[in-house]
Amino acid sequence: MLAGLLCLTFAISHVMPGDPARLAAGPDANQSMVEALRARYGLDRPLSVQFARYVSGLARGDLGESLRSRNAVREDLWRYFPNTFELVVLSLLLAVALGLPLGMLAAVYRDTWVDHATRVVSVSGVALPAFWLGLMLQLLLALYLGWLPLGGRLGLTATLPAPITHLLFLDALLRGEWRTLGDALAHAVLPVVTLCFPALASILRVNRAEMLDTLAQDYIKTARAQGFSGFRVVTKYALRNAMIPTLSMIGLRYGWMLGGTILVETVFDWPGVGLYAVNAAVSSDFQPIMGVTLLLGLNFMLANLVVDLAYGWLDPRIRRRRAT
Amino acid sequence: MSTRTLSLEHAPAPAARTPEWKRYARAYARNASSMLGLAIVVLFLLVAAAGPWIVPYPEDARGAVHLDVKLRPPSHAHWFGTDEVGNDVYTRVVLGARVSLQIGLIITVLAAIIGVPLGIVAGYAGGAAGELIMRATDVFLSVPALVLALAVVGALGPGILNAMLALSLVWWPGYVRLVQAKTLALAQETYVEAAQAGGAGRTRIVMLHILPNCVSPIVVKASMDMGSAILAAASLGFIGLGAQPPHPEWGAMISHGRNYLPTWWWYSAFPGLAIYLTVLGFNLVGDGLRDLLDPKSRA
Repeated sequence: MLAGLLCLTFAISHVMPGDPARLAAGPDANQSMVEALRARYGLDRPLSVQFARYVSGLARGDLGESLRSRNAVREDLWRYFPNTFELVVLSLLLAVALGLPLGMLAAVYRDTWVDHATRVVSVSGVALPAFWLGLMLQLLLALYLGWLPLGGRLGLTATLPAPITHLLFLDALLRGEWRTLGDALAHAVLPVVTLCFPALASILRVNRAEMLDTLAQDYIKTARAQGFSGFRVVTKYALRNAMIPTLSMIGLRYGWMLGGTILVETVFDWPGVGLYAVNAAVSSDFQPIMGVTLLLGLNFMLANLVVDLAYGWLDPRIRRRRAT
Repeated sequence: MSTRTLSLEHAPAPAARTPEWKRYARAYARNASSMLGLAIVVLFLLVAAAGPWIVPYPEDARGAVHLDVKLRPPSHAHWFGTDEVGNDVYTRVVLGARVSLQIGLIITVLAAIIGVPLGIVAGYAGGAAGELIMRATDVFLSVPALVLALAVVGALGPGILNAMLALSLVWWPGYVRLVQAKTLALAQETYVEAAQAGGAGRTRIVMLHILPNCVSPIVVKASMDMGSAILAAASLGFIGLGAQPPHPEWGAMISHGRNYLPTWWWYSAFPGLAIYLTVLGFNLVGDGLRDLLDPKSRA
């Protein structure tokens, strides 16, 4: 898989008909300047040589440098990725925290107003353009009502906590810098809500469908007949089983959210890898985009691995099958 | 012989069977949200078809300049207000429907044209080629689609054509997965085995037994994908890598209108609403079709 991913990023950056040297040199450059750039980045060599150089560079952790800022891409990613990671994790937590109970409620109160109201959320969630939702939330809550900041990661007056984990929330928490933490939270509300909406919609939908299936099973009827309270039956017996397919949805959603950060970070000026990739793409700055693609692809693969492991933990049948 | 004919003549005429499509149509019409989706999609198609004849200022789609009426709020003359060069936002939103429809259709069709044959090869022929196709599919699916599309447009340069190409290039793996799984299941069916035993060639089996049975899931996926493709293309337009001004594309309009918030809110509000409704319509239709044609895959 990893080798495939390398081939893919290489193919996009080196084999596609675009001319990175020409793009990098800009519209005013003459032919000799383009040739000089081409020679400098080894783009005039045979593809096999270029691929070997690309892979050996990656093996040393060298992701190339940004043509615009001349920064090493690896350092840029190192600086921006923690911000994206925090945004995605917070959104995912919010989506799960809202999606699971809402899906459960929709299943328990099927065909009542609760079900209909949650359906509006689940149908709209996937159809609303994230960037537009973000702008409208900005318009209402930041510009008209002034309750929340417009964008960015921190206010101008807030100071960054000394890094421990490079995750701003965690660092502020560990250092006990409550004002910074509050400011960071206020800045995170709108992007997190915007990013969580599509994931919330699909988690809600899947969990509702699974809960409906599970609630119709015999063992639930047995538990009810034995006099267990409705709440206990639903939360303890039904939810756990219904969660297994929902979980695979959550893993998938993590990857989609990484893609969604491109739009959300652009709207809210959130200094993460999504905004970094967009800025690079707009100015045809090649290496950063490839770095981000590789990083997010790796992340997605890791997330799927974690989901597979979590499956075994939730479903003893899978655990046993693995052991044999 | 004669008695048999006689008895047949006297037998009660069998009740006329409802044609299959009618039964499907009735089942579809019973679902209110599917019908709402269909209504939205039909309206969108009509608007896309009739666009140039129903808008008040057709020249505004090509980027005319009327600075005397710039940034006017919604009014009787300009239902959705005007933008920074005085173009009628309503005109541009209506004409944008055609652009979005074309984009969605081209991406979906291209993705299916690439994905379906590969899926059939992977599922039916198998072997090294099938393995290679599935590994490539996994790799493509391992990177979020929008990120990959961004990388491809970054390589090709911005523009509506490149955006469509990029999105088609990242969209096909979904069809490979779908068709491969379906083909694998179909190859086990008794009637396919019977055809094989009867000496039918591979091409004949694929064309006669496998492909026709893949049509419903493909149609369901394509109707869902229309919405997602329109959304993805608008996203690239918003970033600035899709349609370039003065092309009336909804995502690009929102991106420009963004600079005029909060005072001139109508500039970005209405194109966004148009995207939302269109995508919603296609998703609801896709949902309805899936319940009808492919109920097993409900989730």
